[in-house]
Amino acid sequence: MTFQKLTIQEMRQKLISGQLTSVELTQGCLDRIKATDGQLNAFITVCEEEALAAAAEADQQLAAGNAALLTGIPVAVKDIFNTLDVRTTCASKILDNYVSPYDATTITKLRDQGAIIVGKLNMDEFAMGSSGENSAAGAVRNPWDTERVPGGSSSGSAAAVAAGQVVATLGTDTGGSVRQPASHCGVVGLKPTYGRVSRYGVVAFASSLDQVGPVAGNVEDCALMLGAVAGYDPADSTSVDCPVPDYLENLKAGVSGKKIGLPKEYFIDGLDPDIKKGIDAAIETYRQLGAEIVEVSLPHTDYSVACYYLIAMAEASSNLARYDGVRFGARQDSGDGLNGMYQQTRSAGFGDEVKRRIMLGTYALSSGYYDAYYLKAQKVRTLIRQDFQHVFEQVDMLLTPVAPTPAFKIGEMVNDPLQMYLSDIFTIPTNLAGTCAMSLPCGFSEDGLPVGLQLIGKPFAEAEMLQAAYAFEQATDWHKRAPEL
Amino acid sequence: MKISQKDVEHVARLARLTIAPEELSALTEQMDAVLGYVDKLNQLDTDGIEPMAHAVPMSNAFREDDIKPSIGIERALQNAPAAGDNCFTVPKVIE
Amino acid sequence: MNSRYEVVIGLEVHVQLTTKTKIFCGCSKEFGQFPNSQTCPVCLGLPGALPVLSRQVVDDAIRAGLATNCQISPHSIFARKNYFYPDLPKGYQISQFELPICEHGWLDIETQESGKKRLGITRIHMEEDAGKLLHNDGGNSSVDLNRACTPLLEVVSEPDMRSSDEAIAYLKQLHQIVVYLGICDGNLDEGSFRCDANVSIRPWGQEELGTRAELKNLNSFRFIKQAIEYEVERQIDVIDAGEKVVQETRLFDPDAGVSRSMRGKEEAHDYRYFPDPDLLPLQVSDQWVEEVRQQLPEMPTAKRQRYQGEFGLPEYDAGVISAERPLTEYFEALVKIYDQPKICANWVMGDILGALKDKNLSIAQCPITPELLGGILQRIGDNTISGKIAKTVFEDVWKSGKTADQVIEEKGLKQVTDSGAIESIVDEIIAANPDQVAEYRGGKDKLMGFFVGQVMKASKGKANPGMANQLLKKKLAE
Repeated sequence: MTFQKLTIQEMRQKLISGQLTSVELTQGCLDRIKATDGQLNAFITVCEEEALAAAAEADQQLAAGNAALLTGIPVAVKDIFNTLDVRTTCASKILDNYVSPYDATTITKLRDQGAIIVGKLNMDEFAMGSSGENSAAGAVRNPWDTERVPGGSSSGSAAAVAAGQVVATLGTDTGGSVRQPASHCGVVGLKPTYGRVSRYGVVAFASSLDQVGPVAGNVEDCALMLGAVAGYDPADSTSVDCPVPDYLENLKAGVSGKKIGLPKEYFIDGLDPDIKKGIDAAIETYRQLGAEIVEVSLPHTDYSVACYYLIAMAEASSNLARYDGVRFGARQDSGDGLNGMYQQTRSAGFGDEVKRRIMLGTYALSSGYYDAYYLKAQKVRTLIRQDFQHVFEQVDMLLTPVAPTPAFKIGEMVNDPLQMYLSDIFTIPTNLAGTCAMSLPCGFSEDGLPVGLQLIGKPFAEAEMLQAAYAFEQATDWHKRAPEL
Repeated sequence: MKISQKDVEHVARLARLTIAPEELSALTEQMDAVLGYVDKLNQLDTDGIEPMAHAVPMSNAFREDDIKPSIGIERALQNAPAAGDNCFTVPKVIE
Repeated sequence: MNSRYEVVIGLEVHVQLTTKTKIFCGCSKEFGQFPNSQTCPVCLGLPGALPVLSRQVVDDAIRAGLATNCQISPHSIFARKNYFYPDLPKGYQISQFELPICEHGWLDIETQESGKKRLGITRIHMEEDAGKLLHNDGGNSSVDLNRACTPLLEVVSEPDMRSSDEAIAYLKQLHQIVVYLGICDGNLDEGSFRCDANVSIRPWGQEELGTRAELKNLNSFRFIKQAIEYEVERQIDVIDAGEKVVQETRLFDPDAGVSRSMRGKEEAHDYRYFPDPDLLPLQVSDQWVEEVRQQLPEMPTAKRQRYQGEFGLPEYDAGVISAERPLTEYFEALVKIYDQPKICANWVMGDILGALKDKNLSIAQCPITPELLGGILQRIGDNTISGKIAKTVFEDVWKSGKTADQVIEEKGLKQVTDSGAIESIVDEIIAANPDQVAEYRGGKDKLMGFFVGQVMKASKGKANPGMANQLLKKKLAE
C-alpha cells in the first residue's frame, strides 16, 4: 500500500477516523524507502524497529482519542539532528559510530506532537555543500533525474519528500541548504527567521547562520511542520521569545493588495532561461492574484557570497574543533602522541570540503588576518542586513529565483569549490540578514527538472510569506507533479 | 598569491590537520582562489559600520542557578574511543 | 630590594565561583565526585549542545567588580579562545576578550617595606574552567570533565607590584574580598583561588618593561612568594651571565623550590579569539549594578574603620576581627546581646579563637554560639559569676551546649554575695593565719592578695572578690 499522494492533513484525517493505522502508514513508508532508496541514497539510517514501535504506540493514542498535530505521521530528519540512542553522523566519517545521548529540542517537539521518526537523512558532510555529493555515505541523487544532484546540503530531506518516501522532513539552512535542494527536487522548503526555531541539538556548522527548516510536498504541510517545531527554547540563547502564530489559521488569506518586490540584483542577464521562464510566469501569476509588483534594490547582493563564506568558514573552523577523537568520534592513533592523534583523527575523519573550510576559516581568524577578513565580513553583513531593512520599508516581501540554474550533473562542480559557492548567491543574503525565506515549485526546465521560486519575508513574518506561497500554489499545479521512480 | 604553501602548512598545524604533500599545491590554489574572491569586500568602505555578530539583535539570555540532573557517567562515556576508571583516555600528555 | 634591578610583577588570579551550577549548564559543580559524573552534552562539548549563561555568575562578577573599584561595562561580550587540549572539550574556551565585564579597578595595600600603595586592576572577566587531566603511570592520560565549564572570574592586575611582599599583600586582600563577598570559598588547595604571576626585572630608572616569564601552578601564598623570589634571582643570574631573558611559561615545583621552563613543549599560540555566536551580548543596566551594590556586604576596610569608631576597639582588635566575614558576623551578633564591644572582642579573640585553634575548627563550627557566649558575659556583668568562674562555665558550655544559666545552676557556681557568709570565711582565714595578719598590720600591704586568694579558695571561687576584699580590709584594720 502506498501513501505518497497523501498530504499530512489527509493522513491525519484517515488516522483519526480509523481508516488507516499508523503502523500501516509507517510500514508503507518503510516499504517505499526500501523500494526507492537504492536509486536515491536519501537515507543514512532507517529506524525501522523504533519507528514501528512508536507507530504502535501512536495507534493506541489515536484509539484513545489523543491526536496531537502529527500523531502517527512518519517523518524523517537530516542526520544533523541529535536523536537519542540513534546514530547521528552528519554524513561524516568522524561521527560514523556516534550514537547521541540526547534529543535535539526540535526532535523532542516532533515526538511531543506524536510524529514517528523513520530515519536520518543523507546530506553534505556537516551541512557543507550545495549538491549532496560531500557525504561519507555517498552522493544523494535527484529523484527527477538520478544522474543529477538533488542540491544540498539538506539533500536527503528534499529528495525523500520528492520521491514520496516520507511526507515531510526537517533540514537545516545555513546559506540555502533547505531552499536550494527543495527547489532542485520540486518540493516546498522553508528557512525560518533566525531564532524562530531552536538550534539546540542540531550539530553546528555556522552558528550565526544555521536555522532549522521544514521540507514538505505542499505549502500547508510545510506550515504545519513549522508550527510543530517553532518556538522559544531556553536551551538556545539565540532563540527568540516571541509567540508562534498558528500558521494554518489564515493560510488562505491571499496576496491581494500585497506589495511584492523584485530585487533587481537577482535578475541578472546570465540567469538560466529555464529559471527566467519559471520566475516570469510566477510574477505574472502573483499580479493576477492581486499583488502589486515593484522593482527594488538590494545593492550589496554582489558581496554576500564573499561575506557569507568568510563568516561561515570562520565559525565552522571553531565549531568543528570539538571533533578531536577524545570524547567521541572515530579516533585514529598510530602512537605519535597527542598531537599525532589529533591530526590523524581529524585528517582521516573529515572530507575534503570540510577540511578546506576549516582551513579557510582558521586562516580568516588567525593573528594578523582577523580584521581584514572576519571583522570586515561582519561589517559587510551589517550593510547587507540594512539593505533588507530598507526594502522591507517599501514592500511586504520579495520574490526571486532560488538558484541560478536547475540541478546540475553529479561530479560537474566537484573540483571547482568557488563555482559551487557562487551558486548560492540568491539564498545566502537572507541567512546573513537573518530573515525568513522559502522555496516552492514554479515550473520545469526543458529537461524536465524542477524550477523553484523564492519568497523572502520580513523577520518573523513566516505566516504572511506562507499565505503568499499558498495563494500561488492554489493557482498552479506544479506541486502536484511527482517524479517516476 | 594571497596565501603560500608555507602559510597553508601553518594553518593546518593550527587546525590539527595534516595535508598530504601531493595535496598541498592543489589546496593552496583552491584557498588562494577563494581568498582572492573574498578580497572584493575591500571595495566597500566600512568605516564606522558596526560589525554584526548575531543575525537578530538581542541581548541577555540567562539561566538561573538551578541544578539539573547530569546525564551520568555511562552516558558521558558511551561514545569514548578509549576510557578507563570513569575517565576518557588520551595519549600521554607531556607537560 | 635589589640594588641594581627593579622587580615588576603582574598577577592573573582565577577565582572559582561558589554557584551551585556550572557557568553554561545546569550540572552541579560539587567538588570530589566520581570523574565525569557531573557532565551533560553542554559541558562535554557534544555536537549540537549550546551554552546558556548563568545570571548568578554575572551578579558575582559585578560584585567582584564593585568591591575592587572597577567600572562595570554596560555592554560586554563573550569570545571563543581556540586551542586544542584534551581537558578543553569544545576545542575552545568561552571567555571574554574585547569588552570584559569589569575594567579599571584598584586595591590599596600596605606592606612594611613600601607602606601604603594603590595597585591597578586592569580587568575582571568571566570564563569557563577546563576539565582535569590526570597523568597515569602507563603511556596515557585521563580526562575528567567534572570541572569543565565551572565558572571563573579572571582578575588581571596591572604590572604594579614591585616585590613579592606587595604581590602577597595584593593576593591576600583580593582573597579576603572574594571570600567576604561569598562568591568564592577561597580554598587554595582545591584550586578555588589560583594565581599566575608575570615577573620581569629592569634596571632602575628604565621605563620599558623587561621580558617577562609567566609562572604557573602556584597554589599557596607561600609558594607564590617562593616562586617569585626564585624567578627574580634566576632572571638576575641570566642577565648577569650576559644572556637574555626569554618570554616563556614556567612551572613552579614547590617540592624542589625551583621552576622549570615549559618552552619547547608548547607551540606558539594563536588563539583566534572571536565573538561567540552562541551567546548574546551582555547588557548590564545602571539599575542592575545598583541592585547588586545595595546587596554588597560591608567590606573589610569599612568594617575595620567602623569597629574602631563606633565600637572604640583598638586598631589591632578591629583588624583581627574584620579579617574574616564569619568572624565579624559572630562578633556583631555578640555585641547585640552584650553591649560591651571591648569585652566581647577580648573573649572572641582570646577564648573563642584559642579554643577553635586547639580543636582545629572554623568559626562556623564553633559549638558556642554568640547567644551562648552572650549569656556567659551577661552573668559576669551582673556579678552572678566571677571572671574566673566564667572560664569554667565557658568550658562547660563548649562541651555540653547548655546555657550559662543552666551550667551555673546545675553546678552551683553562683557567686556568693551574701556578706554574712563571706564574713565568716574572712574570719576563719584571719584566725588561721596569725603570722600573715601580723605582717600585714606591720605594713606589708602586698599580703592582701594572699588573703583574697585564701578566701576565694575556701569559697571554691564563688565569693565575690570585691566584697571579700572590702571585708578583709575592714577586719584587718580592726
